[in-house]
Amino acid sequence: MAATFHGVRATVAALSSSSSPSNSFGCKRLISSPSRSFSVRKRASFTVVRSDGSVNFDLNSKGRRAQQLIANAVATKADSSPASSSSKPGHELLLFEALREGLEEEMERDPRVCVMGEDIGHYGGSYKVTKGLATKFGDLRVLDTPIAENSFTGMGIGAAMTGLRPVVEGMNMGFLLLAFNQISNNCGMLHYTSGGQFTIPIVIRGPGGVGRQLGAEHSQRLESYLQSIPGIQMVACSTPYNAKGLMKAAIRSENPVILLEHVLLYNLKERIPDEDYICNLEEAEMVRPGEHVTILTYSRMRYHVMQAAKTLVNKGYDPEVIDIRSLKPFDLYTIGNSVKKTHRVLIVEECMRTGGIGASLTAAITENFNDYLDAPIMCLSSQDVPTPYAGTLEEWTIVQPAQIVTAVEQLCQ
Amino acid sequence: MNGASCAAKISTQPFSLNPTSPTSHDNPLVSPKPTSLFLGSTRKLRLSSSSKLNLHRRSGTVVAVSDVVKQKKSKSTPSLLITKEEGLELYEDMILGRAFEDMCAQMYYRGKMFGFVHLYNGQEAVSTGFIKLLKQQDSVVSTYRDHVHALSKGVPARAVMSELFGKTTGCCRGQGGSMHMFSREHNLLGGFAFIGEGIPVATGAAFTSKYKREVLKEADCDHVTLAFFGDGTCNNGQFFECLNMAALWKLPIVFVVENNLWAIGMSHLRATSDPQIYKKGPAFGMPGIHVDGMDVLKVREVAKEAIGRARRGEGPTLVECETYRFRGHSLADPDELRDPGSHLNPFFSQVQKCHLIQCRAASLAAEKAHYAARDPITALKKYLIENSLASEADLKAIDKKIDEVVEDAVEFADESPVPSRSQLLENVFADPKGFGIGPDGRYRCEDPKFTEGTAHV
Repeated sequence: MAATFHGVRATVAALSSSSSPSNSFGCKRLISSPSRSFSVRKRASFTVVRSDGSVNFDLNSKGRRAQQLIANAVATKADSSPASSSSKPGHELLLFEALREGLEEEMERDPRVCVMGEDIGHYGGSYKVTKGLATKFGDLRVLDTPIAENSFTGMGIGAAMTGLRPVVEGMNMGFLLLAFNQISNNCGMLHYTSGGQFTIPIVIRGPGGVGRQLGAEHSQRLESYLQSIPGIQMVACSTPYNAKGLMKAAIRSENPVILLEHVLLYNLKERIPDEDYICNLEEAEMVRPGEHVTILTYSRMRYHVMQAAKTLVNKGYDPEVIDIRSLKPFDLYTIGNSVKKTHRVLIVEECMRTGGIGASLTAAITENFNDYLDAPIMCLSSQDVPTPYAGTLEEWTIVQPAQIVTAVEQLCQ
Repeated sequence: MNGASCAAKISTQPFSLNPTSPTSHDNPLVSPKPTSLFLGSTRKLRLSSSSKLNLHRRSGTVVAVSDVVKQKKSKSTPSLLITKEEGLELYEDMILGRAFEDMCAQMYYRGKMFGFVHLYNGQEAVSTGFIKLLKQQDSVVSTYRDHVHALSKGVPARAVMSELFGKTTGCCRGQGGSMHMFSREHNLLGGFAFIGEGIPVATGAAFTSKYKREVLKEADCDHVTLAFFGDGTCNNGQFFECLNMAALWKLPIVFVVENNLWAIGMSHLRATSDPQIYKKGPAFGMPGIHVDGMDVLKVREVAKEAIGRARRGEGPTLVECETYRFRGHSLADPDELRDPGSHLNPFFSQVQKCHLIQCRAASLAAEKAHYAARDPITALKKYLIENSLASEADLKAIDKKIDEVVEDAVEFADESPVPSRSQLLENVFADPKGFGIGPDGRYRCEDPKFTEGTAHV
């Protein structure tokens, strides 16, 4: 099975057509979430630990390494701006490098953290998320497995039950359909059936979503299948910043976490802090505050939404864009506050319509915030069809920015 | 036949990927008699041993290590296979398994436990023979037929019975049930109800042992994992995938097949192209051993060697224990299917059919009677008494003690409280933040309704 596709090549110029300006736009985070000063809240938007308080520039080994990686990446991605901005704090890297950095830091921090999956070791991972880790940590901590998804996922679960903290990579998340039994029965339920005796601190991650003409099986939208498994958490990363922060948080979580990455986002570039930080697994991310309508989205659709937002702003609308990030459970606080402010909700997802994340989100908003809604919730999902190969058909399968603009205009009438 | 040298050859060359592996000698196709295609079948064995046709179950030169062990023992050391203490421990464990399961049947019919309850009667020699050799830190991974594995591993009868009653004092607080027994304290990793899904988990536990020793530098970590499963599982992909990975990485695991000849109503012979499961070990570069699973002493000898190999870091072993369940698949199974006529495969040749038609004479009753006559507990009892390792009185005392243990377990389970509502949401997430953030900005698990178990999740 498993046609080995050339991941990096497939994601080169990932966002070139649909969201080239998105780096400057979508990756801007609101560092502090607005009006959240509950004294009882134990959580923070993210944790910044300054190890020494000083900002290191070129002498910082991490910064230097990151620059080297960027140099490599730039070679394959000509359109990215070189911007030799070593004077700014932080370091610039691509999303797959951010994932690797998070993984590497956690492996350094805790020797129980290990990685297993197909071609993650010597080959470096199909999308190079684990490149170089086998050399650094050895073949046991970065375990190349045979092509046996159900069994190596189960093995990760057994290892997690007995004290390790494995990160299992699905070469393509779709392949993990072959591991669905292990993910559902053992990853999700075993903590409960064992009466709480065994914990499964495992991370299951990998590339998914609709890529560029990869065909139906490699263009899966698995979140709808996975969301109803009890006992697991599911997050989707969308920027280098949150990719690293969510990776680290997922590894540190005592719960099994599925981390969804998108094949078309791996080459997104962003400047991220040099300091150690993690993201909150349960929290949504405010991407663009606004007044007129709440747009809830996640993963790659964030960039379609931001592209649409530009048009909408030109047309006089002020949309609020939230990357829900946690697909299970939903951050009802962030979502609720937004609904109470705008009274209108548009959900934009790549997931299939039937039984999708949008459907669950619609239900949750209706249950909790129905009184605040001035219009029925609109949900733009991808079509309930197997992802077609042909470029035109594929494009019509997933939501396009123009549809988002139309939907907002309709909602705000 | 030179069994000793052959078995030694297998066990000393476990990782040989030599194309002329021992299995090639065992090819039934080159066997002298045409009917030998099925000489290796368990069915034949039943006939041969009952009708004294002297047909060998195992054609060729791959020989059960148990025979070797016996030969070795009888030649080199005239002493007995076990000490008195060991004998009594084995006897007590087997009696506990049998008495516990018989009590389960009673309690099930009395409406004290529900669902699918799979009893272990008849297979006790396997659980006892293997698990009694383990240390507390060693792990056991079981199937849906897991009560007795739990008991052998040291989980108290009270905790197992209480779990079956669905009580909060059960080993999984009543959240697991018959097919999901776990004990962290005793390193019982489950209790897996789907066929084959426990094998990868067991492989993962064995991987942890290796990882602890080699990465975390816990030099004294020599923990072994036993994976128990049945003949039906041996046609499942996870079995093959894990044999491969375990041999590839030399993991400290023993794959224990409890071949009771039946996968619910599917005869092993109708489901399996080559019914000799132990032969699949050498195909993956690990020793494959067949042992009489109705003889606890033989099982124990083979287990000793296999567990020892794993503990010494010499890699995995596949052990096929030929055994028999005395009851139906579960207490919900009327057990009407175990009829020899159903063995007939429409694709069998005429010769094969002729042979098998003879088998029809052997009725279901005969099959059962044959194995009942080889009841592992009766056999051990006989051995202990004949070798003056125990007196009738000794054994009677154990029987009585176990009766009391089981009675006590029932009483304990009966009197234990059912889980309260507050338990409902407690173990969904190890970190209850997994329930997420509510509309008020607080983690939902902080809501009193969550601790009460009344929250809507």
